[in-house]
Amino acid sequence: MRDMKYSIFSLIRNAFSYHQGWQQAWRSPDPKSFYEVIIVGGGGHGLATAYYLAKECHIRNIAVLEKGWLGGGNTGRNTTIVRSNYLWDASAALYDHAVNLWHSLSQELNYNVMFSPRGLLHLAHSVHDLQEIGRRGNSNFLNGIDAEYLSPEQVKKMVPFINLNCRYPVLGALLQRRGGTARHDAVAWGYARAADALGVDIIQNCEVTGFDIENATVKGVRTSRGDIRANKVGCVVAGHCSVLAEMAGFRLPIESFPLQALVSEPVKPIIDCVVMSNGVHAYISQSDKGELVIGASSDAYNSYSQRGSFNIIEDTVGAIVELYPLFSRMRMLRQWGGIVDVTVDRSPIISKTPIANLYFNCGWGTGGFKATPGSGHVFAHSIAGQDMHPIAAPFSIDRFSTGALVDEGAAAAVAH
Amino acid sequence: MSKSYLQHSRLAHGGRIDRDRRMRFSFDDEELYGYAGDTLASALLANGIHLVGRSFKYHRPRGIFSAGPEEPNALVQLEQGAYTEPNIKATQVELYDGLKAVSQNRWPNLRFDIASINSAVARFIPAGFYYKTFMWPASMWMTYERWIRKTAGLGKSPAQWDPDRYEHRNAHCEVLVVGAGPAGLAAAVVAARAGARVILADEQNEFGGKLLAENADIDGSPALQWAAEIERELKEIDSVILLPRTTVTGYYDYNYLVAAERVTDHLPPGTGGSVPRQRLWKIRAQQVVLATGAIERPLVFADNDRPGVMLAGAVRTYVNRYAVMPADAIVVFTNNDSAYLTALDAHSHGAAVSIVDIRPGPKGELIDRAEQANIMIYRGSAITSVGYAGRLRSVEVMRLNQTGDDVESSSTTTIECGVIATSGGWTPTVHLHSQARGKLRYDETIAAFVPSDDGVRINPHVSTGACNGKFDLERCLKEGYAAGYSSARACGLGGVSLPAPRVDTVMQGPIRVLWAIPCDHPIGRGGKKHFHELQNDATVGDIYLAAGEGFDAVEHLKRYTTTGMGTDQGKTSNLTALGVLSEIRAEPVQAIGTTTFRPPYTPLTFGAVVGQNRRDLFLQERKTAMHAWHDKNGAVYEDVGDWKRPRYFPRGNESMDTAVQRECRAVRDKIGILDASTLGKIDLKGKDCAWFLNMIYTNAWSELAVGRCRYGLMLNEHGMVFDDGVTTRIGEQHYHMTTTTGGAARVLTWLEEWLQTEWPDKEVYCTSVTEQWAVAAISGPRSRDLLSELTDVPLDAEHFPFMSMRQGKVAGVPARIFRISFTGELSYEINVPAQYGLYVWEQLLEYGRAYDICPYGTESMHVLRAEKGFIIVGQDTDGSVTPGDLGMDWIVSKKKADFIGRRSLFRSDTSKPGRKQLIGLLTEDPQVVLPEGAHIVAEVKETPPMPMLGHVTSSYMSPNVGRSIALGLLYDGRSKIGERVSLKLMDGRVVGATVADTIFYDSEGARARG
Amino acid sequence: MLLIDCPWCGRRDQLEFSCHGQAHISRPQYPDRLSDEQWGDYVFFRDNPKGVHYERWVHTHGCRRWFNAVRNTVTDEFLATYKPGDPVPAVEQ
Repeated sequence: MRDMKYSIFSLIRNAFSYHQGWQQAWRSPDPKSFYEVIIVGGGGHGLATAYYLAKECHIRNIAVLEKGWLGGGNTGRNTTIVRSNYLWDASAALYDHAVNLWHSLSQELNYNVMFSPRGLLHLAHSVHDLQEIGRRGNSNFLNGIDAEYLSPEQVKKMVPFINLNCRYPVLGALLQRRGGTARHDAVAWGYARAADALGVDIIQNCEVTGFDIENATVKGVRTSRGDIRANKVGCVVAGHCSVLAEMAGFRLPIESFPLQALVSEPVKPIIDCVVMSNGVHAYISQSDKGELVIGASSDAYNSYSQRGSFNIIEDTVGAIVELYPLFSRMRMLRQWGGIVDVTVDRSPIISKTPIANLYFNCGWGTGGFKATPGSGHVFAHSIAGQDMHPIAAPFSIDRFSTGALVDEGAAAAVAH
Repeated sequence: MSKSYLQHSRLAHGGRIDRDRRMRFSFDDEELYGYAGDTLASALLANGIHLVGRSFKYHRPRGIFSAGPEEPNALVQLEQGAYTEPNIKATQVELYDGLKAVSQNRWPNLRFDIASINSAVARFIPAGFYYKTFMWPASMWMTYERWIRKTAGLGKSPAQWDPDRYEHRNAHCEVLVVGAGPAGLAAAVVAARAGARVILADEQNEFGGKLLAENADIDGSPALQWAAEIERELKEIDSVILLPRTTVTGYYDYNYLVAAERVTDHLPPGTGGSVPRQRLWKIRAQQVVLATGAIERPLVFADNDRPGVMLAGAVRTYVNRYAVMPADAIVVFTNNDSAYLTALDAHSHGAAVSIVDIRPGPKGELIDRAEQANIMIYRGSAITSVGYAGRLRSVEVMRLNQTGDDVESSSTTTIECGVIATSGGWTPTVHLHSQARGKLRYDETIAAFVPSDDGVRINPHVSTGACNGKFDLERCLKEGYAAGYSSARACGLGGVSLPAPRVDTVMQGPIRVLWAIPCDHPIGRGGKKHFHELQNDATVGDIYLAAGEGFDAVEHLKRYTTTGMGTDQGKTSNLTALGVLSEIRAEPVQAIGTTTFRPPYTPLTFGAVVGQNRRDLFLQERKTAMHAWHDKNGAVYEDVGDWKRPRYFPRGNESMDTAVQRECRAVRDKIGILDASTLGKIDLKGKDCAWFLNMIYTNAWSELAVGRCRYGLMLNEHGMVFDDGVTTRIGEQHYHMTTTTGGAARVLTWLEEWLQTEWPDKEVYCTSVTEQWAVAAISGPRSRDLLSELTDVPLDAEHFPFMSMRQGKVAGVPARIFRISFTGELSYEINVPAQYGLYVWEQLLEYGRAYDICPYGTESMHVLRAEKGFIIVGQDTDGSVTPGDLGMDWIVSKKKADFIGRRSLFRSDTSKPGRKQLIGLLTEDPQVVLPEGAHIVAEVKETPPMPMLGHVTSSYMSPNVGRSIALGLLYDGRSKIGERVSLKLMDGRVVGATVADTIFYDSEGARARG
Repeated sequence: MLLIDCPWCGRRDQLEFSCHGQAHISRPQYPDRLSDEQWGDYVFFRDNPKGVHYERWVHTHGCRRWFNAVRNTVTDEFLATYKPGDPVPAVEQ
């Protein structure tokens, strides 16, 4: 088991051995025949789940099965935005739980995930937008989540080059100072390393091909590397959740859509906060490397191809240039796509399933990255305990029968 | 600063430059000269300038490395002010007179860069070091980060708005040929002769591809002559579009390719005149021929990043195409035969050339020719050290051992030179093939990936020539001819299969693969660095480190070491990283795989992506027929959907509040007029309309008489309110439906989907008529008096009761008059054909002057309807609200067995008591207007969190009620009417209010019916 | 960028179309007879296969008519398009 702590001192010490003394960030064990808990999906959420199961629930015999490479799904493809200023109480509790964990995550994991609460603006472009941020800001405030309203002039102070008088003029903004960005890959790697140190087996290139189910109770999984028994199985596979659900014999209220993002070439610091605009649909921040990181909207057809349509890119860049005309001469360096698992109410499903001891955590849609620590934390406690964690409880799959949706989509038009 | 015209590295003769057109340019404020036909890079080299930039991480000095889009080092900030652009590859900039470029990522200047301290501490900052530190104390991360961000980032963003124009062009063709080298030219001409519509695109300013840098023969004549003839022939065929300076950047599905044409980038800024700066071609091709060539990769040796280390092919390009000899003495360092051509060409132009070949016994014609030219060849040897002092001075060469994993330091030779021309082999440019979902296969003979198929069915294409791993001219031509023929055939065209022209092929010997060249010091152990990735400063040592730490999946390696994530996207570095990784993992390169090739192939200007869809053409504004009048009369607008709607009409310096108070009083006291044209309007016809309305709306429609209007709520199938409006029966089988302004398109789609997919046997025809009708709503006690002056339609309540419609003329214009009211006053909504809208509006105002008619906007409309407790869908509802929640059970039919959304109303959560319900709120202080969005709390505490019970959806100062009023949603609200509640505001204030009924004014509704 | 064969208009660019999700979902004739679960299944739950998917598209900026399509969600290839009411075509998987 690994005992090497990362620090400036360990860096210096290792420099003298030309960095050949570093241990593996995680082992690559062969799967055992039995685990107490198997987590399917080696993205941020799955690895976080395994970490908290080991750390806080004291379960020692855990495996994370990943069909490809760790963090290769939406963890490594998103625009790295972290915020918790959601409207409904249930969402606010869930995402703010995550933000609270974000703030000490680097120290918790002994891995710099580069969480930077650089502030996050939601622009309002219409009276309707103002009403929306007005309600959300008040609700955030009363839920103990930081929220400030900015006038257009204050927005201009934060983003001096913004074109306030664009097609839909900027009428104000909602600011969450504790929101910001983090280094997406590092989140997966940090959780993987920390979970591994607690004895979790992280097994890459291990695809789950079926479930072993007896009497409507899961007994294990079938994988490309053999059958593995388990007392409990948690699935956290985002865009592929419907595929796993089908293997287990049920359906989910989820569709998988392509979601695209792009970065510009790197430039010296120009934009320090995250700016989101639902009105003209453009999200932008700048990475530490200097690239403008821009989120696009999803295509509206099911696809597992991790690629979207060019017109989405056109629309997104069009909105960026409208809001920030000085970026017109900047250049797109790279565009890519992910598969997002979208629910009708744009809220996740963290739930038991028709199969006993089989749990699903999915439906994060276009906004799962920000929730990674919170999602893993409440999912771990839900799997370990008898009942779902109270923060997770409203996100049960039952809500699609009872009607108790957590409709972030309807309230804010979109929930990123 | 003046400077001599002398370009001392320029050859006296040759090259494809125009020596009669001298171009003045500046680099870092130094005034220099080049020629038309130069690139910025070739002109800099002609002036003996090698050092052009600083690297991303260590800020090491870097020089021009390549002659094309693969350039990792020579990135400049081009031009100043509004025309500036960061990170431009000097190798791709065509020189023009007056060009200004400055180096990047250095401070205070290129020769002395403070941040090059990073290089001195490089030992402590290997790949991924930032994941391991900067964590203590936690609060300091963002301080560290600020410094990190400052030193990263290369060039600077423009600070001004872009003065240039861009456009898009859609194009369709049978055969798109990408790349106009020998294979592409051949394919294009064969397909064109067969009658295909052909588009031929090439990123360079001239066609010819690699022929431009060589001196090959085709059919016994210079190859460029052959190319020129083909180009001439293609130009004369009408169905052919030739696109030089055009990079195909993206290959999307169903053979949709995006290409950026740089129309005026080769001209001084601002001189393009009426043509756009760049044009984005969106091409749908039946067949695609990829002839994208290959990119050379370097050998990765000790301190291989020094200015003066160049790709061998690039040196050859500079010599032959640009007549520039980058140095008097050149060492060619290679693992294959192709670099011998560079040696021979440089030698023949007078350079002192030596060859260091890692192959112990290279044989063949080229080796023989080099020997005949008395070029010294160091066989089985390697460069182990680079002497650099301000510029490249010398190399140290040692003999390799047999396995190539070490050197014999006893065999050291030092060679003086100003340039190292290195070749590690050629990598086929498979980017587009891969973007087209094509598969790749690792070809051991060229040590690179080649296409293993012709793509998936939806993206039919063929790779030819160098991008297919065929580097010699003979096979390039052969494959090009064959691809032209087969592509035309695939499009159903005939054509003839011609033999390719004759070429004398020089056989080349095999390549020797050593991914990292050893030196007298273990690789990755300090001292010398082996950079496989120049732009991001990733070294072979970093790969060892990453793999050692478990980052040995190819994507992990990329992300951990940042290999391939620079602006060159790793065109010269990715394969080496894979090769090193395969050695570490002891697995074949094929098993390692590649990272995904993502568009764009080279960076794509945002402006070009947007094209003409900017400013006035970005999401166009919709304006009503009366808009000109609103403009003239000082309307302040509100954006509602795409529409511009007058929000209020201030008089003089009136604030919005004052104007709205005045407008609201005018409506209740006398008369107001509102432009209601933007409401969605859908014309429904057919015998099953009534049945359909019964399914779509919650209430009953069967009994509605002709000429009568009815308000309806639409639910989605979740049972939540999603639109509302008044629908009128125009005739037996004819209805006029109105929707919310923002919901018009959504509702029409909704109706059509049900009709076409669920009830195709029902006869209902829906037509959007939103823009056909202009609507002037007059409202207030004097509206009947006014309207009677302009119409012959009887207006008395008996003949024209509330909630009915009459047709007739208004101001001589055929009109539909709806007696409906959103203000609670006596109102008429006058619909006239849109072309008469402005006229009728003006007539109403003209005649209305006698009644003190007051134009009002949406803000007053909102106040007036709130006084009456009328909801606005989307403001008082949020997609989670049922009719019952709104207290509108009266509109939900108890008799109908079914309507859309009905079943959802009976679900356990939806039907439970105590849900949030719409209520009125009256503040204790009548002067206090609650902020919309303020929340009612269960218990007032000093600080949050506080449990919330509901929130304010609409809130106004009402002049007619004489106090503030508000609507809100409150848990179990209707049972709390009369109770006192508290709202905690964000500014700390606590406002007390009483829960009230939702109707604040004229609760009997007498005024509208009068 | 997909190329879609509208059964009425022929092959047109994807920009002219909108996708409306899974095809062949019939609205229950007697919603009242369904349990909350069954009703929820109709309203919210959808097939989301990795592979062949039967879905509903509308030619929004064309004939405005709905039609059905069979598409592979991995390759994004349209295997067939057909009018509502037409028999469901058999496709190779």
